[in-house]
Amino acid sequence: MAHQSNYNPSNGFTKWMDERLPIIRLGYDSFVEFPNPRNLNYWWTFGAVLAVALIWQIVTGIVLAMHYTPTVEGAYASIEHIMRDVNYGWFLRYGHANGGAMFFLAVYIHMFRGLYYGSYKAPREVLWILGMLIYFLMMATGFLGYVLPWGQMSFWAATVITNFFDAIPWVGGSIKTLLLGGPAVAEPTLNRFYSLHYLLPFIIVGVVILHIWALHIPGSANPTGIEKKGPQDTLPFHPYFTVKDLFAVAVFATFFAWFLYFQPNAMGHPDNYIEANPLQTPPHIVPEWYYLPFYAILRSITFDIFFLKAQLLGVIAMFGSIVILFFLPWLDRSKVRSMRYRPVMRFFFILFVLDCFILGWVGANSPDVTVLGIEAKNIGLFSTFYYFAFFMIIMPVVGMMETPKPLPEGIHESVLARSGKGASKHADGDA
Amino acid sequence: MAETHAHATEAGDDTTRRDILYIGTATFAAVGLARGVVWPLIHQMNPAENVKALASIEVDISQIPVGQQIKILWQGKAVFVRHRTANDIAKARADDTAADLKDTSNRPTDAERVVDDKGTSRPEILVLLGVCTHLGCVPLADRGDYDGWFCPCHGSHYDTAGRIRKGPAPANLVIPPYEFIEEFKIKIG
Repeated sequence: MAHQSNYNPSNGFTKWMDERLPIIRLGYDSFVEFPNPRNLNYWWTFGAVLAVALIWQIVTGIVLAMHYTPTVEGAYASIEHIMRDVNYGWFLRYGHANGGAMFFLAVYIHMFRGLYYGSYKAPREVLWILGMLIYFLMMATGFLGYVLPWGQMSFWAATVITNFFDAIPWVGGSIKTLLLGGPAVAEPTLNRFYSLHYLLPFIIVGVVILHIWALHIPGSANPTGIEKKGPQDTLPFHPYFTVKDLFAVAVFATFFAWFLYFQPNAMGHPDNYIEANPLQTPPHIVPEWYYLPFYAILRSITFDIFFLKAQLLGVIAMFGSIVILFFLPWLDRSKVRSMRYRPVMRFFFILFVLDCFILGWVGANSPDVTVLGIEAKNIGLFSTFYYFAFFMIIMPVVGMMETPKPLPEGIHESVLARSGKGASKHADGDA
Repeated sequence: MAETHAHATEAGDDTTRRDILYIGTATFAAVGLARGVVWPLIHQMNPAENVKALASIEVDISQIPVGQQIKILWQGKAVFVRHRTANDIAKARADDTAADLKDTSNRPTDAERVVDDKGTSRPEILVLLGVCTHLGCVPLADRGDYDGWFCPCHGSHYDTAGRIRKGPAPANLVIPPYEFIEEFKIKIG
């Protein structure tokens, strides 16, 4: 790790262990003594929430796999078996399905936090890219898992998503067949999705370990965006941040529990309680809420550009909207990390968050719905434009043009200023 | 001795016969691994023999009332066999040169769309893959602006010949390989 190790093995066993496998030292340096910026706010607790969510998904998933049957004949019935017969099966399945949604909620908060406070900037580019990789793997895992209950939404989600690949010129059809294992979604598809749904979470664990490793090289960013300069700027991870993180986890778990116990189907679709039928598409198919903005981007392009067909353009835009996030560290030209000190960028950031919600709304509704006389598909097209403009135009241009507010001298000074003790001495940019 | 060594270094020409052996061995191993291990691991995901064996089915079409269709599952996909009315046919033929026919390369005229693989033409029997060419949903019959099919997923409209007229789908509904084997029996695939 990046900082000096201050671990002192205290007894015979820990001394013996430290010379053979210094894993206690690693844990101590990373999660006990690790110096964190003292001004971290609650937006920084979602990393811990996510770690717990990942463990929760893996544990419930492994036990659900003990009761699930990955066959066209048996899948849907085995879900009902889990719900009705298996001891606490309802708890495990609702916990896993709603847990997935909570996982995405936490990851979106975590990502918006990184975006607002410029956590992706040097020297944390690799940390950000690893995070994006985790997010991408999460989306793949979530989709694969959604197919397993073999309801109508499962089946048609699998059909629509695998058809994205059909849009790729020349090789698309072969890739689609390779993914499906046949001409259409059927048993081979279900089997491989099950296998991969079981595999990917462990790959996520691997990338999460790299993500935490990369985090511990420079340490966490913080709301001021200024690097920590000395011991006056930091507090040890334990007990200050373990307790704070645990408190956040408890609050988040309470929110999750409300869904699990009182509204377990609020985020699902009734059509998924109808067994998959390849001859009948449900009248209104929409993805789970956490994919809606991307679904809106996919559907927003309904026109051809030269020889590029609308279908392919939609798929390119949808994948592009995720790929572009990987390049964030180089698209943002501003030297100042935190948007606390970037009033212009903060304005565009708030618009961007709104834009994501609008895209979500567009994704959930039929393209022909009108609001204030404007068709949803036109709102979708405009929102898609803003999504890309935010990263490709606003971020580089504002980064170069904007005059940021004066930064505090250091984290320590900023904390004192906020508590009023040094307000006259150092102006804090955060109004 | 020192002189020859210096000469070789200066010229940057360190290639020896041993390097050729290294490169040759590595190439051989890479090709062998790709063909012997990597390809089987990929190709196992392609359709298995039993999946491919279900390639054709025979369908009795004598019971389809005029103006209605049946849906059959062929290769895991929906196939529509529609018994068209005279009005359906007339409407489709009148639109053969309509400006909003987006896909003019895939059997654009109605007459071309009702010919089986052997060349038999039966305008009242239209056989279509019930798979929207946009993202694969099953379109609903007797809906949409052209009284043909309407896809509920993303709003593509097809006419009474299954041609795309409006919406995001790029192509006409596909006509699967089929032939009349008896007057009221077709073989699909």
